[in-house]
Amino acid sequence: MRKERKSVRILWIGVCLFFLYFPLIIMAVFSFNDAKSLTHFSGFSFKWYGSLFENTQLLDAVLVSVSIAIIATIVSTILGTITAIALSKSKKIVRTSILQVNNLPIMNPEIVTAIALMLFFSFANIEKGYMTMLLAHIAFCTPYVITNVLPKVKQLDPHLADAAMDLGATPFQTLMKVIIPQIKPGILAGALFAFTMSFDDFIISYFVSGNGVENISIVVYNMTKRLNPSIYALSTIVLVVILFALLIGTFVPYILVKRKGVKMNEEVN
Amino acid sequence: MKKLIELENLTKEFNGQVVLKGIHLDIHENEFMTLLGPSGCGKTTTLRIIGGFEEASAGEVLFDGIDISKLPPHKREINTVFQKYALFPHMNVHDNIAFGLKIKKMDKSIIDQKVLKILTLVGLENYGNRHISQLSGGQQQRVAIARALVNEPKVLLLDEPLGALDLKLRKAMQVELKNIQKEVGITFIYVTHDQEEALTMSDTIVVMNDGAIQQIGTPTDIYNEPENRFVAKFIGESNIVEGLFVKDFLVEFDGQQFVCVDKGFDEGQEVDIVLRPEDLDIVEVGQGKIEGVISSILFKGVHYEIMVETSERTYTVHTTDINEIGKKVNLDFWPEDIHVMEKMGTY
Ligand SMILES: Nc1ncnc2c1ncn2[C@@H]1O[C@H](COP(=O)(O)OP(=O)(O)OP(=O)(O)O)[C@@H](O)[C@H]1O
Ligand SMILES: [Mg+2]
Repeated sequence: MRKERKSVRILWIGVCLFFLYFPLIIMAVFSFNDAKSLTHFSGFSFKWYGSLFENTQLLDAVLVSVSIAIIATIVSTILGTITAIALSKSKKIVRTSILQVNNLPIMNPEIVTAIALMLFFSFANIEKGYMTMLLAHIAFCTPYVITNVLPKVKQLDPHLADAAMDLGATPFQTLMKVIIPQIKPGILAGALFAFTMSFDDFIISYFVSGNGVENISIVVYNMTKRLNPSIYALSTIVLVVILFALLIGTFVPYILVKRKGVKMNEEVN
Repeated sequence: MKKLIELENLTKEFNGQVVLKGIHLDIHENEFMTLLGPSGCGKTTTLRIIGGFEEASAGEVLFDGIDISKLPPHKREINTVFQKYALFPHMNVHDNIAFGLKIKKMDKSIIDQKVLKILTLVGLENYGNRHISQLSGGQQQRVAIARALVNEPKVLLLDEPLGALDLKLRKAMQVELKNIQKEVGITFIYVTHDQEEALTMSDTIVVMNDGAIQQIGTPTDIYNEPENRFVAKFIGESNIVEGLFVKDFLVEFDGQQFVCVDKGFDEGQEVDIVLRPEDLDIVEVGQGKIEGVISSILFKGVHYEIMVETSERTYTVHTTDINEIGKKVNLDFWPEDIHVMEKMGTY
């Protein structure tokens, strides 16, 4: 009885994973296809990967995606962390209302955020391009940082900041030497979130960019109109990048903790 | 001695709840001052206002005659040993203690020297590399003391710094702290709710209750001349008896008149009278002043705690003599054992 239930469970998980990952695997496999066919695998080749690197439009897009992801991550992490610290110190009513506002873009369909931002930029008469895309990315990444950092800040012993200032540290030194090290796990998680959100964003980027500035998702979207296995190659690369980011996010904290544990044991011995 | 810190009419409210009700206090250079009082009476709040972590609702804090009410904590020449230690969990013991010195940009060699010296002083010389989470409560408390002391501040605020230590270690650290305070010449403002600790260590004791100061005085003053019932009760167990001040050097209680050494109250004024358990003697019937029967005997280590029931009340007596329950006895005391105080409601 018990065994049966277990096998059912494994089967169920298997089916779910299959539906999630099978299309991705197909895409990855066909990105190595010799021919242009999408149904028939005629031989292994790096042809489409090669053609990617001749496509300057695409290389530009990679540059845009990567640079925007990095800048947006850095800015939104700093912004979100500071906001989270400030929120933890503010009155409950202020905190809960700001958190509600903060959750709105997370819950909201992305298309709404996208149109809102587009209208805003038109209304403010800002010319669409790299800058608007960057600003938009910072705007939608910051809430994720706040959501990740705030719980860590709340766990913080409020007397630690007192103790640091008592020992002569200025508020800024207290922030850098005591507060940030304590909430580092939350900040890293938030930054990782921000990076993945920014790197694979399509809808918002599509609406707020212009003047020929395109990131990877936009280029891929445009390429689907003319059938070309290059987009499989590109998507596979994006997939691998995101996968790596997630792996780092999952295992680095674990390894850090483990290494610290080993070090502590060594000290005890 | 010179006044170092003056608290003038400090008042503190938390959301409408008045926690400090106009505190006036002068703290002198090199003084060991103890704030003593029950839980929740406002000791920590007073310290936090002096340290700059809390702003008073009204009143002033003067340091060397200058108002520092608006000065942030890192600009005050004051260090604190926090009630909940507040050690930095991401640093080891050495780095915790070195924190203040590093902020002052001292040489690394000097820092290492100072840290080692202070670690030796608190008996943790081999613990420099330990993580904070690997320390017992008592060890953390000693690190907290070391972290504050190593900065050699003018004033050290200590919020129940020995609370987590066992009796033996506590006694040893009491002596150690007192020695440090005298040697280095630091002003200590020390918070405790342990009256024995307060009596043995302090130059001055401030007894607080419910956000107000009840009495300020030397340990002997506080013990022998409590100004009211609260102080008398809080400082050691006491027999507190309502009585009448007949005239100078004569009081009446339990239906009799007794010679005392107090004067200066109004004639016929209602007063409270303190009779310390260790001042009362149990003697044979007919040889003492008040008649009674022994109702219980408890062994307390050094002495026996004996309850003597009289017609009016039960007296507590501390004695090393052996007695038996049910025996009829007399209670005896000297005129100087009678402490007369102003009657101030009942606590
Ligand atoms: N931040 C705060 N917000 C609201 N009330 C507070 C705050 N801090 C202290 N109080 C209240 O002020 C009163 C005095 O607190 P305080 O911490 O000064 O007491 P204490 O004398 O140090 O007691 P203990 O011996 O238990 O440490 C208490 O009733 C407490 O509930
Ligand atoms: Mg307290």
